[in-house]
Amino acid sequence: MKNQYLYNYILGIADNSLILGQRMGELCGHGPSLETDIACTNISLDLFGQVRSYFQYASKIAGDGRTEDDIAMLRKEREYKNVLLAEQPNTNFAYTIGRQFLFDVYHLAFLKELQKSTDLTLAAIANKCVKEVSYHERFSSDWVKRLGDGTEQSRQKMQEAIDDLWTYTDELFHLTESDKEMVSQGIGVDATLLKDAYYNSVKELLEEATLHIPDSKYFQKGGKKGIHTEHLGYLLSDLQYMQRTYPNMEW
Amino acid sequence: MTTTKQNIDNDLVAILEKVSDPEIPVLSIMDMGVVRSAIIIDDTVKVEITPTYSGCPAMDVIGDDIKSALIKAGYKAEIDLILYPAWTTDWITSRGRKALEDYGIAAPLDAEADKSVLLEGKRLVKCTNCGSANTRMVSQFGSTACKAQFQCEDCQEPFDYFKCLK
Repeated sequence: MKNQYLYNYILGIADNSLILGQRMGELCGHGPSLETDIACTNISLDLFGQVRSYFQYASKIAGDGRTEDDIAMLRKEREYKNVLLAEQPNTNFAYTIGRQFLFDVYHLAFLKELQKSTDLTLAAIANKCVKEVSYHERFSSDWVKRLGDGTEQSRQKMQEAIDDLWTYTDELFHLTESDKEMVSQGIGVDATLLKDAYYNSVKELLEEATLHIPDSKYFQKGGKKGIHTEHLGYLLSDLQYMQRTYPNMEW
Repeated sequence: MTTTKQNIDNDLVAILEKVSDPEIPVLSIMDMGVVRSAIIIDDTVKVEITPTYSGCPAMDVIGDDIKSALIKAGYKAEIDLILYPAWTTDWITSRGRKALEDYGIAAPLDAEADKSVLLEGKRLVKCTNCGSANTRMVSQFGSTACKAQFQCEDCQEPFDYFKCLK
């Protein structure tokens, strides 16, 4: 493929939204209240919509007949390049919110930069997504504050979720080979430059939510290279079930 | 107000105005501002539409509806989905805003007011049933991606608010 780097780069961005969107979609009919259920699935829908734009573009670049659906549904686990954070399970509502919050702050900053990409398709997608993601970030930040600065029990659960998920945050700022290549061409975003501002905003909000900032210096990584936690396999078996069972089926 | 060029052939306006948003049937896609261009080239109409929200499932249906309306009118149709410039609620026409209100969906406020309503709980959105501004946000997210849920504290009517998107 001529544009292998660009193709990989798009998939790296899109897989985060795809896998997180699938996680949020799991709450459909299972949210803690009707309003939060609808909110989580709305976020999921936004993310899937964004993923379609990315995969349609990737499919055009691949130019080998693979459709957006093939790219979304028919890859093997190691071929998904999402960050580990996105695939972490919905252990309880605090984990769902914690994961969303830690991702949203990054996602919003990332998209703001991607709008300046010299690749006009990516810039246009980012321009569209940034509006939706700023809404997600409001939602998840509000809930972190509400749970953190809530009852003793909600605070303890929110703290536990943040403590556990913290180890997956550093990976957001790692650059793959394709990332580096795209940054050098002015197409990609240099995520390393977003890191300080990210931790500053996250810490500020956690303080407001009366939560402790984890002091762990050990961080997990691997998702961007296709080395995932055990959770992804289960998620993919759900996600891919219909296409694997009834190949090429359509609604 | 975001101004961007909208290029629609006069002969097509009447046809396109009859196509409505499948989720808000009182609202024509023209008043919604999702049709960005429609040009006749020989016997083919090239239409560009833009999604309100990325994941809006109505877009596929809208594309199909436009196609069938044009075919009925004797044209061939090609539909393209464009992302840039991104759709904004500013593109809803005043007739569209009125149709929303009549349907029971509060039309979007301006960006600043929207923010203070959704983030600070200010009471500015008027109830579509009784007109009172004594309303509260129930949830930032509603029955579709473009709406938030509200309730009127005076007449108790629950209603949707069309979120401002800039």
